[in-house]
Amino acid sequence: MSELWHTFSAALAQLLSGDPMLWGIVGVSFSVSASALFIALLPALTTGFMLAYFRFPGRWAVISLLNSLLAVPTVVVGLVLYMLLSRAGPLGDLNLLFTRPAMIIGQILLCFPLLVAMSLSAFQAADHRVLETARTLGAKPWQAFLTLLYEVRFALLAAVVTAFGRIIAEVGSAMMVGGNILHHTRNITTAIALETGKGEFVQGVALGIVLLTLALVLNVSLGWMQSHSRVLRHGS
Amino acid sequence: MQRLFLMMLLTVVSTVSSVALADSVRLATTTSTYNSGLLDYLLEHYSADHTDEIQVISVGTGKALKMAEDGDVDLVMTHAPQAEARFLELGFGVEGQSVMYNDFIIVGPHDDPAQVSSSHTVTNALNKIAQSNHRFISRGDDSGTHKKELELWQHLELVPQFSGYLESGRGMGHSLHMASELGAYTMTDRGTWLALKNKLNLAMVLHSDPRLINPYQVILVNPKRHDHVNFSGAKKFAQWLVSPQGQTVIGDFRINGEVLFVPSANDE
Repeated sequence: MSELWHTFSAALAQLLSGDPMLWGIVGVSFSVSASALFIALLPALTTGFMLAYFRFPGRWAVISLLNSLLAVPTVVVGLVLYMLLSRAGPLGDLNLLFTRPAMIIGQILLCFPLLVAMSLSAFQAADHRVLETARTLGAKPWQAFLTLLYEVRFALLAAVVTAFGRIIAEVGSAMMVGGNILHHTRNITTAIALETGKGEFVQGVALGIVLLTLALVLNVSLGWMQSHSRVLRHGS
Repeated sequence: MQRLFLMMLLTVVSTVSSVALADSVRLATTTSTYNSGLLDYLLEHYSADHTDEIQVISVGTGKALKMAEDGDVDLVMTHAPQAEARFLELGFGVEGQSVMYNDFIIVGPHDDPAQVSSSHTVTNALNKIAQSNHRFISRGDDSGTHKKELELWQHLELVPQFSGYLESGRGMGHSLHMASELGAYTMTDRGTWLALKNKLNLAMVLHSDPRLINPYQVILVNPKRHDHVNFSGAKKFAQWLVSPQGQTVIGDFRINGEVLFVPSANDE
């Protein structure tokens, strides 16, 4: 037990001392996952919106496909992407394997179905009169879309938080297409896997603390915003 | 909100731009050279008077050679003589040069339940482990260490199918920790063992069998097969490794006062 405590306190000390290598690794994780989320967000929300408001043949097939993609393991995404991006693969000329853009592509593939599925249910739960009212008041289609986005903002924010949580915590795809190169593609999760292999638990624990704190902060602020908005709406 | 968008945009831009300045060399090497800390030590010295950045990808030897065959890296440093010979023969790589060696050892629980330490040869030791059906962790990942282990079983004309035989499928560090947790025997290179032994509940039970020699070789990816590789950068690093300077650095690398790798570029 004292061993555990010793590791934990050493990890905290390493974090607080501002160890540049450690925080560099944290920076890789954040820049990769934020980029992936940023790129995937608008296309995913648009897809979710179209699936919620338009009826077209094969719509249910698209929805079931996206729902099954939710269950695809990260290593499978990594494997497929590796084969595509390798020099021996069809997209080899892009020279993307073992780079951050490759990790970003992997994470886009991972968070896209999640964002679509969660925004779809948010749009379905929204009051359909919002769009109609906005249009009758003279809003252009994109303005009406923005109004609707605003109406369901908390559900969408929950989708974003969940998606970010999934991709920043994934290790399979990042390890395979990133290659765990120090200062370039070594992120929190691949570093934890490496340090555990070396028996260096302190750094692994330190990085784990960062991930846990992040999850806590994101979810607590989301919860706070939601409860805050409810108070406003009911005027109490 | 606008500020948040701007911040995210900046992140994207900085990510993309960090990739653009890619005058770097990609080296695929084995987990044994990386987990032991040798590579970090070498690169520290190399970067003192070279501007090229060496990006290290640490995987098993089999995977490293595959990456080189596909042109996904610029050079490899591996330890599987037979596989390397085939690799050079098929024209996947050029200019193979021996860099250093260490040796493999057998480690196991302190009380040595299979009484391996009384055997003088590695084949005898493996035979005892198999006969007593004690737990043995195999890398099982087509690495240089795994290839060597399979070669030894083959020499024994024995198929390792006893129930204690477990394949970890992980790197050397992970496999040693697994052996330590499970009270199992395993075969490791001496370098990783020396680097990690203070954290392990294991003892060295067999060493110094001439059959356990573990030579490392550096090979450049054939630029005729992959014209995009950074051949000159890779060559510069390989030349440095076998130069008197690089060889001295390798020989100087110590953990707790013990030498991990013996330079061998001038042995031939």
